[in-house]
Amino acid sequence: MSYLKSTFRHPESPKNKLGYTEAVYEGALSTLCAGCGHDSVSNSIIKACFELSLEPHKIAKMSGIGCSSKTPAYFLRSSHGFNSVHGRMPSVTTGANMANRDLTFIGISGDGDTASIGMGQFMHLVRRNLNMVYICMNNGVYGLTKGQDSATADIGSASKKGVPNMFEPMDLCELAISLGSGYVARSFSGDKSQLVPLIEGAIKHNGFALIDCISPCVTFNNNNASTKSYEWVRDHKEATGTFDLVPEEQEIVVQQPNQILETISLHDGSVLNLHRQPHSLDIQSRESVLSSLEEARQNEQMLTGLLYLNTDSRNTHELINSSEKPMNSFTKDELCPGSTILESINESLR
Amino acid sequence: MRLEAINEFVIRFANVNGTGSASANNMFSKAVFRMGVPVSPKNIFPSNIQGLPTWFEVRVTESGYLGSRGDVDFVVAINGQTLRKDYDTLVPGGYFLYDSTKALPRGFERDDVIDIGIPLTQMCIDNYSNPRQRQLFKNIIYVGALAYLFNMEFEVLTNMVKEQFAKKEKLIPPNVGALELGYNYAKEHYPDTCGLSVSRRDNVGDAIMIDGNSATGLGAVYGGATVCGWYPITPSTSVVEGFEKYAKKYRIDEHGKNKFALLQSEDELSAIGMAIGANWMGARAFTATSGPGLSLMGEFLGLAYFAEIPVVLVDVQRSGPSTGMPTRTQQSDVLSAAYASHGDTKQVVLIPCDPADCFEMMAKAFDVADRLQTPVIVLSDLDLGMNDHMSRPFVWDDNREYDRGKVLNAEQLENMKERWGRYKDVDGDGIGYRTYPGTHPTKGAYFTRGSSHDDYAAYTEDSSVYEANMERLVLKWETAKDVAPHPQIKYRDKDSKIAAIFYGTSAQASYEALDGLEAEGIKINTCRIKSFPFHNDIGSFIQEHDQIFVIEQNRDGQMRSLLISEFNFGTNRMQSILNIDGMPIRARRIKRKIERMLNGEKVSPFTTAHSSVEGA
Repeated sequence: MSYLKSTFRHPESPKNKLGYTEAVYEGALSTLCAGCGHDSVSNSIIKACFELSLEPHKIAKMSGIGCSSKTPAYFLRSSHGFNSVHGRMPSVTTGANMANRDLTFIGISGDGDTASIGMGQFMHLVRRNLNMVYICMNNGVYGLTKGQDSATADIGSASKKGVPNMFEPMDLCELAISLGSGYVARSFSGDKSQLVPLIEGAIKHNGFALIDCISPCVTFNNNNASTKSYEWVRDHKEATGTFDLVPEEQEIVVQQPNQILETISLHDGSVLNLHRQPHSLDIQSRESVLSSLEEARQNEQMLTGLLYLNTDSRNTHELINSSEKPMNSFTKDELCPGSTILESINESLR
Repeated sequence: MRLEAINEFVIRFANVNGTGSASANNMFSKAVFRMGVPVSPKNIFPSNIQGLPTWFEVRVTESGYLGSRGDVDFVVAINGQTLRKDYDTLVPGGYFLYDSTKALPRGFERDDVIDIGIPLTQMCIDNYSNPRQRQLFKNIIYVGALAYLFNMEFEVLTNMVKEQFAKKEKLIPPNVGALELGYNYAKEHYPDTCGLSVSRRDNVGDAIMIDGNSATGLGAVYGGATVCGWYPITPSTSVVEGFEKYAKKYRIDEHGKNKFALLQSEDELSAIGMAIGANWMGARAFTATSGPGLSLMGEFLGLAYFAEIPVVLVDVQRSGPSTGMPTRTQQSDVLSAAYASHGDTKQVVLIPCDPADCFEMMAKAFDVADRLQTPVIVLSDLDLGMNDHMSRPFVWDDNREYDRGKVLNAEQLENMKERWGRYKDVDGDGIGYRTYPGTHPTKGAYFTRGSSHDDYAAYTEDSSVYEANMERLVLKWETAKDVAPHPQIKYRDKDSKIAAIFYGTSAQASYEALDGLEAEGIKINTCRIKSFPFHNDIGSFIQEHDQIFVIEQNRDGQMRSLLISEFNFGTNRMQSILNIDGMPIRARRIKRKIERMLNGEKVSPFTTAHSSVEGA
């Protein structure tokens, strides 16, 4: 970790629509190891929220337990944060979201927090299609307890301890796609140019959005035999396409030559311009994405980018027909049926 | 010899689960209530949907004692599997109504029991062709027979049938017909046979009949709960069903959308997690569970205690440990609720004893949780939750406001001069000021965590800061003593050195037992505990008496242990009286036990037949 954080900011730092500089979106000094992938992810979150001109206090940062779950302290200092219990961020976020649907929910979890202790909650969260961004900072290893394999470690991959993992890995993206998530992406902490727009798209998506972000653990899992090391990921990742997010009122960016441009409208009128190579992933077909993921795995490739998108999904509130007004804003007069009704209830019980 | 009584007897129905008997038995019980006579029904059912034995006990009690009395005066024996057992439970002079389509086997020759054989199966075969009707109307026929035997007002029953089937009118004539079949058969074959009768009185006043869980669910609607995550578990499920039923009726906005969010979760951990997340966000939220769920929720309850997040949890207790007897009652989660979670934790517990209490305490629980910023556990049980109880009516004062506790709004944050600290005790009551997410653009944000934190919610491993925080939580616990409902203390004789302490569903039977003792000249003062932390009055009450019976429904005397643990005195003065057979504790057995204990006999604390020959 570093012990000092520079407070110097360029006096002419660019400002967003709200008149905020990026510094407004920063958080406390990170206490993670120097070079930790998670800090890069935090920076991408800061960048995405800045670029989208989100009011920081209208964002809730949710997390479980682990190195990744500490990071909400390191971005968005003007947002409320909730570092809950191990593997249970999904349920806490569900409750918080039910109580105030107007906020943006960014959930941070890790591969231990999601794929082991929290697997049950994760899967049911996806099923319910809660409107939130779920970023799993995935390094294949337990950091805070010093280097045990996690459930996303590939077979044969070995952490610093040197013993190759024997068990099948969980693929969070495949799971999320098969459970009906409408926005599923994989990225790499070291690729900010890909990660920032992915986070922006996830925030704009109506419903559950997963970003499985490979984020190497420099201390316990960055060795030669690991498939979650910086080197391995750089050598094996295969970007499926790039995209820009165009908020509602802006013009569409002109596409690069030799690329297909797909324009997909989001819930709030924003537009995703997806640039991709001919014959690459068809991100609107579950079957084709799942088989591409499987194929890539056999070829020891890691597909990154937006893997699946379905803009027609209905979030939890829409599914259960809850009021447009946030639950936490109702007053007693709006909630309590009162004494006259109570007397009629009494009468019906005599 | 035969039993003779007007409006004072216990009748037990022995049925087969899944045959529609519960609604017929309820109809009988409600008819007694409608005749102005207090009544107490108890459904004793198996963990099964169809085929196993089930009993339904109705106590007709003009005197208004609603606890379980003990002993059975009249049996309606419809279940061949339990015929023998049901026959044997009858007190001398009791009545045995059975299906005489088949003759009673050998061995049913008690000369102190009056047999009433009615060929129920044959009557159904003769009158109905549809097999389901044959099964359902068998129940209605015996209710008709009881109406004659007890000399009840027949039109009270027929009116109930008309009300029940107001929307399916064609079902009225066959049901009334079945009642008449039974009535007429009994009239023809058993005139002047039964010495027990129900006679109209005006003893129920404005009372209502409802199960505790529905009352709790209604309390949540009145208390302003909007979010509920829950996982089904007997006997708590009907709390959430009650909430949903009333919310669907009274909580729909002008666009036809719900002013509540109800989500069935994947397990109890998720259920309490949702409730905590919603409360953190400033909505009132709750969940309901039973013992196994309480165990699972332990970690989360510790988080809410330490991070100081209000949350309301209803625990409808059942017989443990483990899966135990999931459809039988007990008060055995007292310790695991009071000290739920690892580390030094103490949880606020409210203990209702009847449906009006369930309603009131549930609504109140949200105020207490918000005021104290901590979990509140409403500790009910299966007997209270799933049986209908005669109760005071529900009351709501329209001027009553919700106490949301110490919450800063945007304006207060804006005008604040000193530095705000989420966990800073500025008022000296151990409670800081909280903020809801999204309140103010630059002020009031903090990081909620279950790890050690300072006044400003920042992580700390500084021992002295940790210690100060833990001590502040003790101060908050002191504050809680006045916020939670106070005990109900009654002196029968200020000079008496004998006392009894009880809580929840042990209260009714205890009061009855002590009334009986008072009639014999033994005056025992009483304290009904309504909440944890214990109010100081409970400590004084213990100090004032030399011999205190602590009456409860668990094996280990959990409330007694909790009292000793919290007060650090009274060990030698407090004697347990316990019931663990899964049935509600019985008044007669409590009385007999106290008599023997006062007599200096060395007796076991258990009131049940298995451990000692107690009772009548």
